[in-house]
Amino acid sequence: MGVEFIYPEFEVIRNDERCIGCRVCERQCANEVHRYDVERGRMMSDETTCVNCQRCVSLCPTRALKIVKSDCTLRENANWQNDTIKEVYKQANSGGVLLSSMGNPKPMPVYWDKILINASQVTNPSIDPLREPMETKVFLGKKPEKITRDENGRLITDLPPHLELSMPVMFSAMSYGSISYNAHASLARAATKLGVYYNTGEGGLHEDFFKYGENTIVQVASGRFGVNEEYLSAGAAIEIKMGQGAKPGIGGHLPGMKINDEISKTRMIPKGTDAISPAPHHDIYSIEDLRQLVFSLKEATNWEKPVIVKIAAVHNVAAIASGVARSGADIIAIDGFRGGTGAAPTRIRDNVGIPIELALASVDARLRDEGIRNDVSVVVGGSVRSAADVVKAIALGADACYIATSALLALGCHLCRSCNTGKCNWGIATQRADLVKRLNPDIGYQRLVNLVTAWDHEIKEMMGGMGINSIEALRGNRLMLRGVGLTQKELDILGIQHAGE
Amino acid sequence: MKYEGQVRIPSGCAIAAVISKDGNKMTGEAITDAMKPMHDRSNGLGGGFAAYGIYPEYKDFYALHMFFDSRDTRKGCEVFLKEYFEIVKSEIIPTRKIASITDEPIIWRYFVAPLKSVLASMQLDEKEYVARAVMKINSEMDGAYVFSSGKNMGAFKAVGFPEDVGVFYKLDEYEGYSWTAHGRYPTNTPGWWGGAHPFTLLDYSIVHNGEISSYDANRRFIEMFGYKCTLRTDTEVITYIMDYLIRRQGLTLPEIASVIAAPFWSTIERKTDLEDKEKHIYLRTLFPSLLITGPFSIVFGFNGGLMALNDRLKLRSMVVGEKDDKVFIASEEAAIRIMEPDAENIYAPRGGEPVIINVKEGAF
Repeated sequence: MGVEFIYPEFEVIRNDERCIGCRVCERQCANEVHRYDVERGRMMSDETTCVNCQRCVSLCPTRALKIVKSDCTLRENANWQNDTIKEVYKQANSGGVLLSSMGNPKPMPVYWDKILINASQVTNPSIDPLREPMETKVFLGKKPEKITRDENGRLITDLPPHLELSMPVMFSAMSYGSISYNAHASLARAATKLGVYYNTGEGGLHEDFFKYGENTIVQVASGRFGVNEEYLSAGAAIEIKMGQGAKPGIGGHLPGMKINDEISKTRMIPKGTDAISPAPHHDIYSIEDLRQLVFSLKEATNWEKPVIVKIAAVHNVAAIASGVARSGADIIAIDGFRGGTGAAPTRIRDNVGIPIELALASVDARLRDEGIRNDVSVVVGGSVRSAADVVKAIALGADACYIATSALLALGCHLCRSCNTGKCNWGIATQRADLVKRLNPDIGYQRLVNLVTAWDHEIKEMMGGMGINSIEALRGNRLMLRGVGLTQKELDILGIQHAGE
Repeated sequence: MKYEGQVRIPSGCAIAAVISKDGNKMTGEAITDAMKPMHDRSNGLGGGFAAYGIYPEYKDFYALHMFFDSRDTRKGCEVFLKEYFEIVKSEIIPTRKIASITDEPIIWRYFVAPLKSVLASMQLDEKEYVARAVMKINSEMDGAYVFSSGKNMGAFKAVGFPEDVGVFYKLDEYEGYSWTAHGRYPTNTPGWWGGAHPFTLLDYSIVHNGEISSYDANRRFIEMFGYKCTLRTDTEVITYIMDYLIRRQGLTLPEIASVIAAPFWSTIERKTDLEDKEKHIYLRTLFPSLLITGPFSIVFGFNGGLMALNDRLKLRSMVVGEKDDKVFIASEEAAIRIMEPDAENIYAPRGGEPVIINVKEGAF
């Protein structure tokens, strides 16, 4: 204690009038915040380990609990803010790199919130999705440059491999290991039910989930965990992970305590060892090497599967995307700097990369300028939070969106940003059997289906309002967007006009 | 105030067309009169016509119809034209002075042939060469505008009501086997002549009623292939889409209808003809960005025929009728009755169902 002491961030407020001493909170908290004091005959709290995950609050039968931000703060200082000072203390205590989870929480600009959507008035009719067909089906993949015909003049209808999505939303990569078996089961079943895809992340594919292969994207990352021929052939598409929005420039990081028997088997690594992916792929030091991996994977899977190349949104993302488009990739996935993670160095998460809105706008414009937009589909992620964000992303030029944080929220995540501790009380980002079982995949999958179905309805409502009855007519339709409170430079990059123009 | 091209102006409209399947010639009088009962569908801010088969004596030359804002602009443009084309004839397009049409620009026409040596050095086919020259003038030469560039056809357009525009251009003195007409109802416009319809490229012309909601998706796609949408109108982008799909991709007109007014996925799913089903899945997957949504009725004119098409929900009126060798198309039946009181088989084509009329082989 003493100089090492950091006052807890949260306080547990317990209403003793309501508390019946049932000890649910105690049993539910993997962080061991609550305990029953037999002598005093009442519940006690130790907030030093509280992460504000709201598990106890949600399960308290008498609503006796609330978690509030502590008002015990250091002296106010606009330059040296509380968090900044405490981080210095932590590093002085430990000598280590600060670790964080989930997306960048800093007050950086969210461009989605500064973009507004159009609607029809008078000169053309809005379309009512309750009464007219409204299409959100999307195909992802390469479009050949020219049609071809047989000797009788009939169209030859062969296409390169495509992914068919019932609507433009997929579940983004989250590895088995970073999240639980039950979380993966929920995602796989929801993707299957919805007619979309989920993504294995870099942790391989558990043998139980091979049956969902038609709706699975299998990922190949720098650690190559769990990659073998059977794995590559199991999915509908293969994603090469070059980067992740939350931590561009570094590899994945799964602490050894999360590597139990099942994960060890799936990842093909020894139990209990840290699974640390290299920062680069050591067979890809340049664009021509990427091309070789793309074609190797295609060759290994009989040219039947589209290959996705996922990159983090960094400063020269447009040029990188253009290079990727010329490297045989069928789909480019771009991950913005607000994207989530199971564990990342705090400094990298909060300071590296660029917003997905700007990255998307410049990639789409660049690919069009070079006349190669048809060679690839573009999928974006990195904090797509609602149906409105999806509509704006599509209108800026995306073919589809990846969501992950929203999906975890649907499964019960309360965004306490402590995934790296492995003690997720909601059974999502943990491998402790007693915690994992708290997430019931029967309920989890249904909640994911509910979420995405609700978004689909909302997307259709907004499309109908614009007089658009097919999602392809929205894609890249930037005239449907206007900016508010943006500088001319920002508007130019987004390729949209200001509201009122 | 911003001019057409700097700002996007939605507009409603009237359209009409007549074609003789036998290639029999008609003057422009009937189509001009046909616009009268649809007067209220226009607001005097744009009217125009396209006529096919009107220049038989120059049928091997591209007829460039042009607006100029000044004599100097014309002289400058002619210098450019001479670098690329042999000009076999150059003249003012004759007009009548009428009270309802004012402030006309200099209206000129040239009959030209590409210079063989330049054509060979640029390694382009002839039509691409002409299309590029037109696009260059329209996007780069201030005050000069090519509004028609096909062989043996021409567009005539102005700011005014269409029935007055027909009189202004003396269309009663031209004879063609196919005519299309347009009256415009823009919500606001500074009244620029180039903004009136039809919009044309080579021998392709479009008259269009509607406001497409897919505009920017279509525009940004088509601009990848060298087209420059300088007017920011629906008609312009539809014309370029037609040119791209016909000339660059080699699609047939029914295939094109399946791209731009594609059947719903649910309709495709229900098709029992497997080859047809596969073809539709293929076309929608290959050209998703060329699907046109929102209301439209268009008549697409080309050498030897017409295609009429509605958006897939049929959000704009359009009827078709016929009599003997003639087929009539219009926003309202009244317009057809003016052209042919005894027109038969009048019907409203379904949304997305193309009506294609080809003139007999050798008759045009």
